Amino acid sequence: MMAKSHITTVINGDPTEFLCETEQTLLDVLRDELHLTGSKEGCASGDCGACSVIVDGRLVCACLVLAVEAQDKTVETIEGMASGERLHPLQTKFLEHAALQCGVCTPGFLIAAKSLLERNPDPTESEVRYWLAGNLCRCTGYDKIVRAVLDAAADMRG
Amino acid sequence: MRYESPETTEAAVELLAGEGPRCRVLAGGTDLLVQLRAGMISPERIVDIKRIRETQEIRVDDGALVVGAAVSGAELGEHPQAKGIWPGVVEAAELIGSTQIQGRATLGGNLCNASPAADTVPALIAAGARCRIAGPHGMRTIPVEDVCTGPGQISLGAGEFVLAFEFPVRPPRSSDAYLRFIPRTEMDIAVVGVGINLTLDEGGHCVSARVAVGAVAPTAIVVEKAGATLVGTRCDEQTLEAMAAEVRAACRPIDDKRGTAEYRTAVAGVLAIRATRIAVERARNA
Repeated sequence: MMAKSHITTVINGDPTEFLCETEQTLLDVLRDELHLTGSKEGCASGDCGACSVIVDGRLVCACLVLAVEAQDKTVETIEGMASGERLHPLQTKFLEHAALQCGVCTPGFLIAAKSLLERNPDPTESEVRYWLAGNLCRCTGYDKIVRAVLDAAADMRG
Repeated sequence: MRYESPETTEAAVELLAGEGPRCRVLAGGTDLLVQLRAGMISPERIVDIKRIRETQEIRVDDGALVVGAAVSGAELGEHPQAKGIWPGVVEAAELIGSTQIQGRATLGGNLCNASPAADTVPALIAAGARCRIAGPHGMRTIPVEDVCTGPGQISLGAGEFVLAFEFPVRPPRSSDAYLRFIPRTEMDIAVVGVGINLTLDEGGHCVSARVAVGAVAPTAIVVEKAGATLVGTRCDEQTLEAMAAEVRAACRPIDDKRGTAEYRTAVAGVLAIRATRIAVERARNA
């Protein structure tokens, strides 16, 4: 039995330590060891975006990151998006616009959209669609999601 | 399976040489992790090269761009100078995958995964880029086109890995372009990809040109005759047709679900013409 790696990281602002096998992805550890199950496993090959998280400021698929790579990194997941009971404006707008149906893709879309608005507070519809092209939704047809993101962006600009 | 993330080139070489073929280099992981999960590979050791400073750098030394092997597409695209000097190389890197993939996927990984359809490889070959390779016998530098030997196969020896890409200094009125064909707007694997890099003189005549094509042979290939056709001309329509004929003649594609050999060959010619027009336009303004 190979010794597990001891990883020190910061997740949603909280210093976090965990033990993992080399084979485990960041998504495996978030879900199975840390019980942060908001990030979903859709494809496990980087195609669907349901496991989107932000690592050191970059939007990535947690299924394509080894957990051991998270050493000394900061990780942001869907669980850190709301402030206590107060939803993030993107979450509020997703509800208002009914931008979800089954909900499996939603955490990934929210994290990806948050990452977009942090870089570009006033994106065009086309920029939103390109940025979110790595997030697949089989229910909504995307239109409500795009409208929710544009509306949230307008709200956040004040 | 063990994971190592050395901070020096020497340590990485030692780790890689130690396990021989059961060792894999990890850069962005967008191909490696998929292959691991699918059981296509089962290495004893993974050597993550991202903590080695040289693999993460983008530098411009006296006009010559150097890009670390583990620089992501997003980082390359955001660099203030890279796109201005090598727009074709940067647009090829930015075509790969989604925003999420852009945050991880690297030039070194795209080359060493050795897919015949890798987008950056024709652009790098057209650019005349060279790989700085670290290994047990020190450093060596080879042209990008000497790395891939077949689908999934590379020429690097035990203990060797690509540290960085070196680009030549640009003469005035030089530019490059990369175009690929996919059946959708974004995020697909190239049916054909064409990179072109050229330099014009003050009168608008082409003084040098390199054309490289991807997804039409077991590896991306440089088409010397296509580049030679452009030299001395103003890249007029008749010349472009002759250049495209050389590109088509060099294609040795397979039939697969993404396109037939006949279709790929025809599209390679079309893309070569369009990419040349873009590169000429850019070079006039460079």
